[in-house]
Amino acid sequence: MSRLILKTEGDTHVVVTRHFSAPPEAVYRAHTDPRLIQQWLLGPDGWTMPVCINEARPGGRIRYEWTNGKGGTFYLTGEYVELVPSSRIVHVERMHLPDPTPDNRVETRFDPDGSGTLMTMRMTLPDAQTRAMMLATGMERGMEASYARLEGML
Amino acid sequence: MVSLDAAFSALADPTRRAIVARLAKGEATVTELAEPFDLTQPAISQHLKVLEDAGLVVGRIEGTRRPRRLAREGLDAVDQWLAMMRKALERNYRRLDQVLAEMGSPEKEKKP
Repeated sequence: MSRLILKTEGDTHVVVTRHFSAPPEAVYRAHTDPRLIQQWLLGPDGWTMPVCINEARPGGRIRYEWTNGKGGTFYLTGEYVELVPSSRIVHVERMHLPDPTPDNRVETRFDPDGSGTLMTMRMTLPDAQTRAMMLATGMERGMEASYARLEGML
Repeated sequence: MVSLDAAFSALADPTRRAIVARLAKGEATVTELAEPFDLTQPAISQHLKVLEDAGLVVGRIEGTRRPRRLAREGLDAVDQWLAMMRKALERNYRRLDQVLAEMGSPEKEKKP
């Protein structure tokens, strides 16, 4: 049912695609305007983003800080590499938990799709192990069918 | 307890993922596993050891054979983690749908 597709590519990439019913200009803006980002990029229920720095220009800084209001906090930092308004963003990011995770290079494309947008986010991790740690999506494609079989087998 | 770190680490290797995919079809011995992979039996045994230490594969003894199979507990833990990840992503994008809807229709917001 979900329109979200999460898959791996090669040894170091993770690709997320999703359709939105708004035009590319709007989806792009929602990814670069701090006041809009703070409304949706929150993860699990109960978390908020009190700090959102997003300097949408090449070399610009990114810093997102999340809290669950019960002492749980973590933050992400990054830098913009390239921006093509309404169409493409390239940036580098890392999570701080609090030790920084290896850099994740992310290319986000916003392509017209009917009257809406097809967003394609392509992440490049430094190596296969980092990717596996992050998403464990090595499982994703080859194993979904296996899980179904597993159910009946064990 | 299954360690997710160990499980993901074990699954970072394409040969080990292939072994896990093969075992999902049913249990197999080292000899049977070595065949399709073009690897020596010691190499397969080493991969199996990593998978066993990670809690993803278990073995049993049957005479002189020692067939391995997938450990349900280990795969369930990985599966749950993945599902959680996917859920958090999808939750974000549902919120984004709403943000976009509000951006696109300022007139509607003004209506009582």
